[in-house]
Amino acid sequence: MSTIPIPTLPVSKRISRWFGRNLIRIYAVLGFTYLFIPVIYTIAFSFNNSGKSNLVWRGFTFNNWMNPCGAPDVCSALGNSLKIGLIATTVATILGTLIAFAIGRHRFRGRATTNLLIFLPMATPEVVLGSSLLAMFLAFRINPGFWPTVAAHVMFCISFVVVTVKARIASLDPRLEQAAMDLYANERETFRRVTLPLVMPGIAGAALLAFSLSFDDFIITNFNSGTMNTFPKFVYTSAARGIPAQANVIGSSMFLIALVIVVAGQLVNRKKAR
Amino acid sequence: MAFLQSAVTRAGFFTGKKGRLPYLLLLPGMLWLFTFFILPIINLAGTSTQTPVVGGDTGQYVQTFRFANYVDAFNAARPQFARSFIYATLATLLALAISYPLAYAIAFRSGRFKNILLVLVVAPFFTSFLLRTVAWKQILGEEGFVVPTLRAMHIIGPQTTLTASALAVVTGMTYNFLPFMTLPLYASLERIDPRTLEASNDLYANGITTFRKVTFPLSMPGVVAGTLLTFIPAAGDYVNAAILGNPNTTMIGNVIDSRFFRIVDYPTAASLSFMLMAAILILVTIYIRRSGTDELV
Repeated sequence: MSTIPIPTLPVSKRISRWFGRNLIRIYAVLGFTYLFIPVIYTIAFSFNNSGKSNLVWRGFTFNNWMNPCGAPDVCSALGNSLKIGLIATTVATILGTLIAFAIGRHRFRGRATTNLLIFLPMATPEVVLGSSLLAMFLAFRINPGFWPTVAAHVMFCISFVVVTVKARIASLDPRLEQAAMDLYANERETFRRVTLPLVMPGIAGAALLAFSLSFDDFIITNFNSGTMNTFPKFVYTSAARGIPAQANVIGSSMFLIALVIVVAGQLVNRKKAR
Repeated sequence: MAFLQSAVTRAGFFTGKKGRLPYLLLLPGMLWLFTFFILPIINLAGTSTQTPVVGGDTGQYVQTFRFANYVDAFNAARPQFARSFIYATLATLLALAISYPLAYAIAFRSGRFKNILLVLVVAPFFTSFLLRTVAWKQILGEEGFVVPTLRAMHIIGPQTTLTASALAVVTGMTYNFLPFMTLPLYASLERIDPRTLEASNDLYANGITTFRKVTFPLSMPGVVAGTLLTFIPAAGDYVNAAILGNPNTTMIGNVIDSRFFRIVDYPTAASLSFMLMAAILILVTIYIRRSGTDELV
């Protein structure tokens, strides 16, 4: 009995070949690990029986989650951030969507200038946006605080809303609107029944983006909010002493809520696609 | 298709009636941007050439058109300017190196997990920016688990620390601005027709050649958008430097912040802001021109 010897590669070569083939996957796993280290840390330390400073692990507890307002000022700061975020998101989403429709659906003089004016705030560092606004408020004797902060947040959110909604409008199939017109819908009906529902996911995405930008903003807020506290300001000022575990609870809940919204959005999209 | 579209456009169905409608749509948003973006910038230009009122209180300034403010401010903040651009460049390059393979893996190798992975890549950034930065400070700090482990393995000496250093600042910036890099990269890689890669393979290009000659050039819009969206916030950032750095790693943002709030020196803060904005706009313009992707936004 003679068997044809199957040529086998030496082990070292096989290993290197396996690595070569899976390099990108190994890399992706490492990348995701890196991405999630601070998140896992933040969530883990929301369960820390920490006492005053939340630097060292002192044992597991649900107390922080049962009592998220336990640390002084943390919930009033959170409340301000939510209020600013909701108002700024609403205004910025409306104004930005109107601009996006103007740019995406109309040809008019000054389109290039409009595009430039939309792009500029995104290309300007936050420290410049924040300090220039504060300087103007001071020049007009307006005290920094809640409304100046809202005005600033609307300003830097508009551009991101325009870009997001514009992309959605550009990706629409023009034949859908043509079909509506062929079926004797007038312009207004076409817009209300066809165009707007089709653009809606883009508007919703833009609103989510605007809210997260507003909620997370520190630099511009720090310039224009005066003595009013916001959640990022709270974290920044307590960072030196060590932030209370309640801040981790709030951060972790924001993470989970956002995750649920995004996953739900994906599922809705998938159902619609079917 | 194209013929139909142009016919419809000419008929004016979807372009709206000529006239006022587009301007009415633009008006409220543009007014807002004018009031809270353009006016402040003009006002900032005015502030930048003011000088203190003789015998006045701190914070009282008068317009004297002293353009030498710019020279003084630049000379006083030269190291911080240099650091801002060096750190931001390093963070941008690091973010590109980390994000590109990640975006590539999601776009081409993730199969039916694509959407889940895309959510996962953005998910860490749903926790607050500041919480993440503080988390890195604690992870890399004396009480964290990294430093004792590295010391036990004799990789770093007993005196070496990881926080309060330039390394920590650049690491923090790289991490914090990563989604701004990954998402545009993914968007441009996703758009590549896999058949172009197969064609390259059929023409006897190996993996590296295919990447160099086909994949990378086609992903250029994503690379340009990603690097800009990372570099701009990184150059103006002062939060990472304040939390993860030491007095020798301050950036231009720290100087503007402290000139404004601690020293109440508005003209210097204004001229620094102006120079930072001008420098970034010039760099961005050159960069977009040279990379040949004018259609960016």
